[in-house]
Amino acid sequence: MKKIVMFFSALLVVGTASINAQNLYSTHTGQIKFYASTPLENVEAVNNEVESKMLQKNGQIIFAVLIQGFHFANALMQDHFNENYMESTKYPKADFKGYITNIASVNFSKDGKYNITGEGDLTIHGVTKKINTTGFLEIAGGKVSINSVFKIDLKDFKVTGSYIGTKIAEQVQVTVDCKYD
Amino acid sequence: MQIVLSQDSTNLFKMLDAETENDLKQKTTYATSIFKTTRLINGHSIENLGKGILDVKISHRFGTLNSGGYQLFGLDAATMRMGVDYGITNWLMIGAGRSTYQKEYDAFGKIKLLRQSSGKVNMPISVSVVSSVMLKTLKNSDPTIKTYFSDNLAFAQQVLIARKFNDFISLQLMPSMIHYNIVPDHTLPNDLYSIGGGGRIRLSKRINLTGEYYYRLQGYQLPGSYDSFSLGIDIETGGHVFQFHVTNSTGMTERTFIEETNGQWSKGDIHFGFNISRVFTIVKPKDVSAAL
Repeated sequence: MKKIVMFFSALLVVGTASINAQNLYSTHTGQIKFYASTPLENVEAVNNEVESKMLQKNGQIIFAVLIQGFHFANALMQDHFNENYMESTKYPKADFKGYITNIASVNFSKDGKYNITGEGDLTIHGVTKKINTTGFLEIAGGKVSINSVFKIDLKDFKVTGSYIGTKIAEQVQVTVDCKYD
Repeated sequence: MQIVLSQDSTNLFKMLDAETENDLKQKTTYATSIFKTTRLINGHSIENLGKGILDVKISHRFGTLNSGGYQLFGLDAATMRMGVDYGITNWLMIGAGRSTYQKEYDAFGKIKLLRQSSGKVNMPISVSVVSSVMLKTLKNSDPTIKTYFSDNLAFAQQVLIARKFNDFISLQLMPSMIHYNIVPDHTLPNDLYSIGGGGRIRLSKRINLTGEYYYRLQGYQLPGSYDSFSLGIDIETGGHVFQFHVTNSTGMTERTFIEETNGQWSKGDIHFGFNISRVFTIVKPKDVSAAL
C-alpha cells in the first residue's frame, strides 16, 4: 500500500513538473471588449473576467468567457444583449480553442513584442466557427501578455435581431487583452 | 488525471477545457431581467435601476371604457404621473413623482436584499423592500374643515419576493402595508394590509404579457373600494419600454391603487393606460468607463 501511495506521489511530482516544464500560462482576469457601434447607437461592452490558458510547448491556447459578464454603459442595452441577442441563459459562455501557430518564433526568455498568428474554433451563441487571427505576444520581465483584434460577422454565429444592420453593426470588432500569471 | 492527459496534446485541450468549465462554475450568475422595468404595472417590480441610471417615467390612465362614445371610451379624461427614478447603487434606487390624481406627490426608496442566482451561490428568489411616502395636496371640498399637513400623508411598505422560473415566466409576491395618518372613519385601522401577486409571460423577444393583482385582507378595506387588478403588455424598443395595460385603478401610487381603487371590472370601469420609460446613463459603470 505504502509503495503504491509513494508511486502515485512520485507520479504526481513528475506530472506537476512536466506541466511546469511545458509552461502553462493562465489568467482569470483577461479582458475582452467588443465594438458594434453605428452612427445611430454606441454599442460596446467589456468583460474583465476572461479565463485563458496557454501552453508554451505547442502554442495551445483557450479563452472562455461568460456572456453575462459583459458590461455595458447602458443597463437596458445589457439586458437586451443577454435576453434578445445572445440568449445567455441558453448559451451562457463563449470560447475559443486553438493554437498560436508560430509559437516557435517566440523567445520566452527574452523581453520583446512578437507577432503571432492564431487559428482555432470560436464558439459564440452555440455556433462554432473556424477563425484565423493575428496579434501580439509580449514578454516583459518574464510576464506574458497577448493582444489581438479581429472582426466577426454576427450572422456567422446566428445572432439575429431587428436592430442588427441599423443600430447595431453587422460586423463586430473584438479586442482581446490578456495578461498571464 | 492531469498527468496522463498532459502526455497527449489533443486531450490536453480537454483538460484545459474542463478546468475552465470548472472555473466558470465557481462564479455566481445572477438572474437578469426578472421583469422588464422597475414597475410591474401600477406597482413596483423586483427590478432596480443600475448604478448611475436615470429613468424618466410618464404614465397615463385614461377614463373608463364604459363611459361611452361621447367620452371616446375614456380617452377624453386622463390622469397622469410624471416621475424620475435614479439608481444610487446597484442595490438602492430612489424616485419621486407627481400625479394629477388628487394632486399627489410621492417619493420612494427601493432596496435589494437578495438576488436570485445560480453557480457558486444558489439563491432561488430575489427579495427587495420598497418604502414610499405620498402626500395628497387636493384641497378639502369643505373649506371649513381644518386640515393639517400631516393629515394628507400616507406611507407604503412593501416586501417584493420574485423568482424568474425560466426565460418565459417570472412571478412576484408583494405583501404590503399602507399607513394612513387619517382614515375616513374611526372604526377603520390606520394600517391596511394587503398581499399582491403578479407576473410576466414572455410572448416574443420584445413583447411580454404582465398581470398584477392586490388582495386586501378582510377588515382592512376602505369603504367603496375594490381590489386592484391589471393586465398589460410590455413592449421594448431600443432605449424605451412601453407598457400598455387595462386596469380598474385610476391612481398610480400605492395608496391610490391598492386602497382607493373605485372601479369594478364587472361593471366595465376599466381604464386603458400606458407607462413610458426612457433611461439615461448618468454615471458609467467603473469597469466600462475605464475600458471603453
